[in-house]
Amino acid sequence: MIETIRAAYVIARRDFTAIIFSKSFFFFLLGPLFPIGIAVAAGGLGSQVSQDIDNSVIGVALSAEEADILLATRLRLSRSLGSKSMPELLVLRDFSSQEADIIAKLDGEKSLAAILSGTLAAPVLTGSERDVQRWQGKITLLAETALSQPVMVDIETRFIGQTSSSSERNQLMTAQAGQAILILLTMILAGMVLSNLVEEKTNKIIEILAAAIPMDAIFLGKLFAMLGMALVGITVWSSMGLAVALLVGGNWSALPSPAVGWPIFGVLMIFYFCMAYLLLGSLFLGIGAMATTVREVQTLSMPVTMGQLLVFFLSYSAITKLGEPVEWFAVLFPFSSPFAMIARAAQMDNLWQHGLALIWQAIFTMIIIRFSVMLFRRNVMKSGQAARKKSLFARVTGK
Amino acid sequence: MHAPNPEFAIEARNIVKRFDGETAVDGIDLAIRKGSIFGILGPNGAGKTTTLRMLLGIIDPDEGERFLLGSPEPISKAHQVGYLPEERGLYQSMKAFDAIAFMGALRGLPLAEGRKRGRALMEAHGLGDAADKQIRQLSKGMAQTVQLLGTLVHEPYLIILDEPFSGLDALNQGKLERLIRDQADKGVTIIFSTHVIAHAERLCEEIAIIADGKIPFKGKVSAARNRLRPQVHLETRNLDGPWRTAIPADCKPLGHNWHFTLPESGVEPLLHALVEGGAGIESLSIERPGLHDAFVQIAGEAVARKMDEDATTNNMDEAA
Repeated sequence: MIETIRAAYVIARRDFTAIIFSKSFFFFLLGPLFPIGIAVAAGGLGSQVSQDIDNSVIGVALSAEEADILLATRLRLSRSLGSKSMPELLVLRDFSSQEADIIAKLDGEKSLAAILSGTLAAPVLTGSERDVQRWQGKITLLAETALSQPVMVDIETRFIGQTSSSSERNQLMTAQAGQAILILLTMILAGMVLSNLVEEKTNKIIEILAAAIPMDAIFLGKLFAMLGMALVGITVWSSMGLAVALLVGGNWSALPSPAVGWPIFGVLMIFYFCMAYLLLGSLFLGIGAMATTVREVQTLSMPVTMGQLLVFFLSYSAITKLGEPVEWFAVLFPFSSPFAMIARAAQMDNLWQHGLALIWQAIFTMIIIRFSVMLFRRNVMKSGQAARKKSLFARVTGK
Repeated sequence: MHAPNPEFAIEARNIVKRFDGETAVDGIDLAIRKGSIFGILGPNGAGKTTTLRMLLGIIDPDEGERFLLGSPEPISKAHQVGYLPEERGLYQSMKAFDAIAFMGALRGLPLAEGRKRGRALMEAHGLGDAADKQIRQLSKGMAQTVQLLGTLVHEPYLIILDEPFSGLDALNQGKLERLIRDQADKGVTIIFSTHVIAHAERLCEEIAIIADGKIPFKGKVSAARNRLRPQVHLETRNLDGPWRTAIPADCKPLGHNWHFTLPESGVEPLLHALVEGGAGIESLSIERPGLHDAFVQIAGEAVARKMDEDATTNNMDEAA
């Protein structure tokens, strides 16, 4: 094992310096100009998820008669303006409308964004400042339409501190942002691993490497060299981004805090990026190693990108379904696990699950590398008849 | 699995390799003594490279067992082995001395030490001025020398060279022969494959002849030669007389010249019969057969012809 790590370091050092000190690395650092374009395009998908997140429910604590009128009005307006145009309404029967009860209700019912009380002519909307401001206009429209005589309704707003509901939704936004960054970086950087063994194969260096060090070390070394290069790029980009942000200025306290807190969230972002990179990178390295020419690599890159997109869509769609089977699947499925887990870090404060997830992802990375090496030895180096006879366990563990 | 013999640098027992159902190596046995220069002779496609790759652990045999420096896991002995593959390969953007150091680092030599040795080796082989040049800036011959030096930089106990002379001009072939002898003088075991018999004849103590994935002969070069009787070239003044009984009956003269295989009885009885029988000897030479003749006898005319063709093609490639 020590020899494998030593040999992997020799390979990683060679690859890393060869990349970092090449002229093309400068152009690589200019790469973010391209993902910014992608980010803008990806905004469409983001807004769809945002709509899912913003599909909030307003509690209605009016009299039974007025509540029914309001429900009917909402239905009517939704038909003409679209189902997503109006907030969902939940009539709270036998509700006291006392401020303390309203606050308790908002804290207890996570789906409630705000509660409408008072009367249709003099409505009171209570909730967090952010939620009240978001829904104030639409509630006013509903109230004015619901009244039989046209009248200007002056809605009274009452702000309370962060409720469970608003906090949850803010954390969803953090989850969305964290995952989007992770996905974007992985998508841009992991695909580069695909062509990583082509140079060795076309230059016939692979024969020298294969005779000198374990094949696992070649794969590991190449993977970590590329990860190192990616981290250098990310450090440069984030430093530049931070510098620009400091110059421009901004309200940092307005950023919704993740459940685990910012420092841990930052550390987890780095860990999960590394794991996402290693997981997808090891798969791509294995696939790319089968290719004999650059042309073959180019042909392979399209289905690989499509596969990446599927994983990303799975993770993205699971953000709003915390604890549901699809989210659990995204958490357990190794390739989507880092993305799903960073979303969890934004929404759940327990840390032990991240330890487990990172271990699981690391184990799976090793399994993929072992499997890739086995395929490479068998199909490219034309070896492994004997390996075929070994048990799956022996192949995976290398014993 | 049998225990390896510590006297041997390499042992192979009945190793078999098949590619897509075709048998490339068919039950080869080899035992190569430590400190020897061992040649594997055979035409292209005979199974030389596949055999070497199995011995080095690059590929696994389908059947049989092999030991490299006593280990059934050759990769575990990589630090003590140097290998020059048939198809040369170096990172084109690397500086020459760095390429040597990298190859040493692969086999456990610290990078700084490898760089120091790389420069020194290049200097010693007349390539000092090229040490800081990128591989892509070197001539083919220089790049091959750099790769060869990378094979030696970590001072291995065992060096395996697959067709080391291919692609080299006569001058560099001579240099390589000297280098192989120098390494052998230090006690390093050298194994090389070739399809040029002359190299093996000049360098090797022992050889294995490989044809169609099998080894029809392995042993000392002298033993291969001794499979053939020496040839006698005789010129006489007389064409007939009692001395004629000393030479084979079916031997016909070309003018006054006779060519025949030395009789089993040896040189002295022949000489005595010729002198006593009044042959009138003008000249007499007894020629030991070369390795090429032995190869023809062992591997067959067709295999020998193929090997000669390979050598010719190789020379034409070098000229081109």
